[in-house]
Amino acid sequence: MIYLELFLSFLKIGAVSFGGGYGMIAMIREVVLQNGWMTEAELLNFIAVAESTPGPIAVNMATFVGANEAGLGGALLATLGVVLPSFVVILVIAALIRNLLRLGGVRAFLGGLRPVIVGLILATAVTMLLGKLLTVSHIGDTPVPDLAALLILLILTAAFFAFKKWRGKPLSPILTILLAGALGIAFYL
Amino acid sequence: MSKNKLLARLFFTMLKIGLFTFGGGYAMIALLENEFVSEKKWIDHDEFMDMVAIAESTPGPIAINAATWIGHRMAGFFGSLVATLGMCIPSITVIFVISLFFEAFLSLRVVAAAFRGIQVAVIFLIFSAGLRMLRKMKKTPFTVTVLAVTAVGMLCCSLLAIEISALYYILAGGLLGVGGYVCTAWRAQKGNHRQVNARKGDGNDLS
Repeated sequence: MIYLELFLSFLKIGAVSFGGGYGMIAMIREVVLQNGWMTEAELLNFIAVAESTPGPIAVNMATFVGANEAGLGGALLATLGVVLPSFVVILVIAALIRNLLRLGGVRAFLGGLRPVIVGLILATAVTMLLGKLLTVSHIGDTPVPDLAALLILLILTAAFFAFKKWRGKPLSPILTILLAGALGIAFYL
Repeated sequence: MSKNKLLARLFFTMLKIGLFTFGGGYAMIALLENEFVSEKKWIDHDEFMDMVAIAESTPGPIAINAATWIGHRMAGFFGSLVATLGMCIPSITVIFVISLFFEAFLSLRVVAAAFRGIQVAVIFLIFSAGLRMLRKMKKTPFTVTVLAVTAVGMLCCSLLAIEISALYYILAGGLLGVGGYVCTAWRAQKGNHRQVNARKGDGNDLS
């Protein structure tokens, strides 16, 4: 039952995505790849759209995946799933236990979890990078280097630092995406 | 202000913020502060900062956490419901419409080429988000070890095609944190006992 699967998967993602935005990237990747809902390239396309449209990225991703798999109903259920844990936890804190986050045990739990989230984000990025630059996803795959992708990565990195030096702030995500889109047209068309 | 009018204003304020903020999380926090603290003065600055800390350390999208909290603060359960709905509706609408055309859009050759480039940008963005969090993280032997074990473990598993859900890493990290906390608390308590006993000993010597 696709509706139930979507709802439960995104409920799980919503419940363990700490640290905002990309905190849920490892979970979402795992869920969509394991269910065969999309390929890694499709996932990256979706993240780009979710990042360049208004609204929280997690909600955008849930709606997108849900709509792709099961139309409007899927979109609504996946979004409900991703939002529900937030909603319940915040209500519990706001209405019942204002001091929940000051409890030593809870703080220790969050303190142990934070480095895990950072580690998961970095590992996911490296995995994706290996897939994109070398088309290697498992040991034993024959690497097929994508030189254009490597070049785009270098240009983006250079642009990131140049912009930071020039403007004193990093290149915004949307500008990064636009620049990469232009480079994609230049190299791949 | 009547309750219904308050709910309506909450809803439309969140709708507006949901519709006009790109990039999620922190961009929204800035807008929420502007609306609820500076403009409408519905919430004072200190309380708002407390709310941000809570939104950051609870699971789920930060913007949703913030909307639920503010809604509850302003108008109880229905306030939180209305505020969260308002925050989600623009996302759902915009993305749903895009999803109807996305496949056709991607079948254009120019667009497909652009997206092959954009995929690199997304990886770059995820990487820099990870590095930014790494820079901000308090570095102790504990956090650095947990981070390294998670990153290497996750990477090896995916290269060797072993499926261990990220969920378990997250839970294990949390439990390790609690374990460490319990150990320290226990040791501190034992230390206190020893100190107390030693002091008793001193007293005995004096008498």
